[in-house]
Amino acid sequence: MADATTRSWHGIVLDVLRRNEVRLVTYVPDNVLRPLIEGAHADPFFTAFPTAREEEAAGIVCGAWMAGMRGIVLMQTSGFATLPNVLASLACACQIPLLMMVSERGTLGEFNLGQALVCRTMRPVLDALGVEHHTITRLDEAEFIVDRTIRQAVGTQAPACLILSPLLTGGKVAS
Amino acid sequence: MLRNTRVMNRFDLTRRLVAKLKDEAVVGGIGFSNFDLWASSAGRAENFYMLGSMGLAVPIALGVAIAQPRRKVFALEGDGSLLMQLGCLATVAARAPRNLAIVVWDNGVYAITGGQATPAAQAGTDIVAVARGAGIAQSAWASDEAEFEALAEQALAGDGPWLIAARIDAERPAKQTPRDPVLHRQRFMQGMGVREG
Repeated sequence: MADATTRSWHGIVLDVLRRNEVRLVTYVPDNVLRPLIEGAHADPFFTAFPTAREEEAAGIVCGAWMAGMRGIVLMQTSGFATLPNVLASLACACQIPLLMMVSERGTLGEFNLGQALVCRTMRPVLDALGVEHHTITRLDEAEFIVDRTIRQAVGTQAPACLILSPLLTGGKVAS
Repeated sequence: MLRNTRVMNRFDLTRRLVAKLKDEAVVGGIGFSNFDLWASSAGRAENFYMLGSMGLAVPIALGVAIAQPRRKVFALEGDGSLLMQLGCLATVAARAPRNLAIVVWDNGVYAITGGQATPAAQAGTDIVAVARGAGIAQSAWASDEAEFEALAEQALAGDGPWLIAARIDAERPAKQTPRDPVLHRQRFMQGMGVREG
């Protein structure tokens, strides 16, 4: 295995998902998440597919967990904004360790006002629901944060959200 | 097709379906769909009762079907709920799970909120035509109780995905599901064999 300093953030995430038996990857695509999504599709360990909406992706992962399969939902910031009702009434109410990974738009060089505004709702929603969340900014911390967050979510039967900062991924900039 | 179907009763049809089941999973959608599932088979550990997350009966059932490909999974969903998440029909068609059957109770109204008409009722939207258009070829209206039972048998015996739609009346459910989400989740996981009882 390559040293953490030479590995990509998406390579690290895929390794940690494998190690924690997180096999199901549902997503609504995002440009920043592209290498992660492609990596999940390329490895038969994962069952990876897109859904029409983030709520659907969350419902599938919750159903799969109740039937014994771990999964994660990938989305961007604006997609997360569609989820509060599902988080409150399904994942939180039923105590399901719904894992979410959000590529953060709306900060550190955002060019779209709508994205900048919706981004401000994300952490307040997570805090209001008491959902554990961590923002990953550094490559050398990525493995630890992703691994420990998954373990804690499963161990405490609570949903959790990992936010991928542009500091980690480079984000999306206006061309 | 739609206008030749008999108006049936959700509790009666739920009982007819449950009577045929062994270890199949059933996800009861929000509102009266899961209330009548509870009324018909409260002690069944393979039932999951949705007390929120309107529109997610089919996605939750799809997740169960993916995790346990050898177990048949039924989603019982109301027409108003399905309208909220129509995109999931394309996702089901794309995944083509052989072990998934969707049952749609179509009364054209949001029954639990006072019977207001859905936009689909006003437009004459045909849920079965929508499902076929989305790519779920094995989609059919049950024209009466006997055909509903025959379609359920077909879904139990053969490869899906299936969608069975039934026009239902406006009758209230026979009972109400207790509002204890953790209890329902725990029992369902026991029913799925992933938790000890």
